[in-house]
Amino acid sequence: MSRPKPSQPDATVLTGAHYLDGDEACAEGAIAAGCRFFAGYPITPSTEIAERIASRFPLVGGTFIQMEDELASMAAILGGAWGGAKAMTVTSGPGFSLMMENIGLGIMTETPCVVVNVQRGGPSTGLPTLTGQQDMMQARWGSHGDYEVIALSPSSPQECFDLTITAFGLSERYRLPVLFMMDECVGHMTEKVVIPPAEDIPVIERRWYRGPKESYLPYQAGPDKVPDMVRAGDDYRIHITGLTHDERGYPVINAACQSVCVSRLVDKIRDNAGDIVITDEEAVDGADVVVVSYGISYRVATRAIALARAEGIKVGSVRLVTVWPFPEARIAELSRKVKALVMPEINLGQMYRELQRAAAGNCRTLLIPHCGGWVHDPNDVLAAIREGAK
Amino acid sequence: MKYWRRPLDADHCRSPHGIVHIIINRCKGCGFCINYCPKQVLEFSRHFNRKGYHPPVVVKPEACVDCGLCGAICPEFAIWSTPNPECILDEPAEAKPA
Amino acid sequence: MSELLTTPAPGGPVVEEERHPHEPFLRMDRIPHIWCSTCGLGTVLNCYITAIQRSSVPRADHTIVSGIGCTGRAAGYVKIDSFHTTHGRALPFATGLKLANPRLKVTVFSGDGDLVAIGGNHLIHAARRNMDMTVICVNNFNYAMTGGQFGPTTPEGAKLTTAPYGSYEHPFNIPFLVDSCGATYVARWTSLHVREMIETLVEALNHRGFSFVEVISPCPTVYARRNRLGTGLDLLKYYHDSAEVRHGADTRDVDISFKGRIIVGRFVQRCKPTYLDTMDAALGRSVGKEFVCYEGPMQASDGRS
Repeated sequence: MSRPKPSQPDATVLTGAHYLDGDEACAEGAIAAGCRFFAGYPITPSTEIAERIASRFPLVGGTFIQMEDELASMAAILGGAWGGAKAMTVTSGPGFSLMMENIGLGIMTETPCVVVNVQRGGPSTGLPTLTGQQDMMQARWGSHGDYEVIALSPSSPQECFDLTITAFGLSERYRLPVLFMMDECVGHMTEKVVIPPAEDIPVIERRWYRGPKESYLPYQAGPDKVPDMVRAGDDYRIHITGLTHDERGYPVINAACQSVCVSRLVDKIRDNAGDIVITDEEAVDGADVVVVSYGISYRVATRAIALARAEGIKVGSVRLVTVWPFPEARIAELSRKVKALVMPEINLGQMYRELQRAAAGNCRTLLIPHCGGWVHDPNDVLAAIREGAK
Repeated sequence: MKYWRRPLDADHCRSPHGIVHIIINRCKGCGFCINYCPKQVLEFSRHFNRKGYHPPVVVKPEACVDCGLCGAICPEFAIWSTPNPECILDEPAEAKPA
Repeated sequence: MSELLTTPAPGGPVVEEERHPHEPFLRMDRIPHIWCSTCGLGTVLNCYITAIQRSSVPRADHTIVSGIGCTGRAAGYVKIDSFHTTHGRALPFATGLKLANPRLKVTVFSGDGDLVAIGGNHLIHAARRNMDMTVICVNNFNYAMTGGQFGPTTPEGAKLTTAPYGSYEHPFNIPFLVDSCGATYVARWTSLHVREMIETLVEALNHRGFSFVEVISPCPTVYARRNRLGTGLDLLKYYHDSAEVRHGADTRDVDISFKGRIIVGRFVQRCKPTYLDTMDAALGRSVGKEFVCYEGPMQASDGRS
């Protein structure tokens, strides 16, 4: 099948400086990453991504479909990925809950795709129009069974663009649904977003199988534990199932196969964590207190850090760009050097549990909880920094 | 096959004749083929197969007309028919010329 | 005993080593399948494989998607690209496959519980969109894989483990449901009507748009046993006695009652633009010259197209 060039060469990547909100930037990032299949269901505050995709896809040769619900949206992008497209869906808390079973299917069948969750306050319908960071543990453990995930959390509209491309790259590289954990503030914040020239955008293509057809096994992995993929319609006669399966993709319902199958799904992320984990550190060396934050909470933390420094407190910052896998080795290392690790997050302690676990009592760990609906007051973060510096 | 009159093309047309193939150990003894064979070619074997079912057995091989029904209805892919190159004539003597 | 078994039966060859003509289309390393003796699922699968070969679609383009349940296992036995998805979600998964690679002939092969109960929302919307795919819905009137619970197709009065005193819910008339939602090809047969089923499946596979074939099929182990209906063979005899072929029947009239008549035939066959037809046409009209039609799936690096 030939790929006709877009009628306007600049239609795909809108190179230049723009004034975009995080949702729109995420949509542009997806298009720049090569996403050409989108299935979604409207939900605040993620809808603007779907709206942007719906208006942009007809110009760039993509297919947009609004499904009947989030269960369908998630299933459809898995189908789209096996059909040979880079695929994405977007949602918020309630829809994310509905997607969980099929996120598990994506993990089990090793299907590359990107799931965006523009988080709002929960539980249940909660605060549809107000922010939250309360789905962080759901991202990690929301689908049943044992598995590892990759989740990213952007802090600005620029990052919504850049990290969406990274998310697609990681999903193709490690073959799994990558969770893009935005929040309402980042999604609806409008800032300058610079879109680089198309040739400067690092797009990672699918790991196509290149060997002979006869010897293809859908789940035979190399040393990096990630198998190569084919697409439906190329006569490989693949069988793909959500059941525990062997290298042929055939269901095998016993403990031995479960051990091989599930261990590899987990190990392909754990073993490659060094390649996956992205943190953004600042002034960590010699700091007494390090603020560990992600998403919109990082933006609030930067203000508190500036105020603390004005008071003479040696404070550094670690921003979790990838929230999952959690950078536990780095946090453990820091915990032996600092007095306290401080974490503001818009929930009552989710990633904080990981922080505590990684710090293992080597230093104080302070949570600055927040129920959601609005971001932290920087003074609350400042107070925690002061407390940690004591 | 019996006709109410001798077919006009009886001297040069022959009704098809088939050979029944059975993979007896794949059979789960449902009896669909036996019951719905239009020519009653099959019966349950008195023997058990490896799974413990009674597979079909061909009792009237000469009656098979290769209609393919056994092959289509079998849920186990265990029986089918193929054309028998050695066609046999119908029983023209039984039908009187029109 | 094995000696006796491999001895040709009197008067006819019984061949052990030969290969069934469908074997090139079956994952023989997974045969025998899991379905019970006198279950009709194998028959429907058998007819589907015949229909694939008789359809005008090249083999490589045939793709089968199943959900969960006894029927959901069908995908695992056919040697074409096959996907065994989650419960109820075969249709949206299939929708994604079709839209990402419109060349594919996607068939959803699943059960009544999967398609009409948990997947009911997707069924009505796939029909409404006239999504270009074929759905084979094997209806055995119950959830068999989990041991025989009643479902949305169980006839009133039938006893099942979660309806021990008989089901008192009004069942769906599935052809009417999909017809009223916009399906452009609707047919029903029983697993006894193999020739008609094959013909219909070939038509359904060649049909452009949402084609839906319901196949009434015996569940001997749970449905028939609980309701003292005998074996699957006895149910085939019931189909034989109670089925009434009525092509073009008004789908409002084809509901099924417990031990009642079963109206079969091709009920609906109409032409209507498919989802992709309307999408491309509408976008082409409104977006104009700047519209770029979906460019197809990513090219695999070895140049396959």
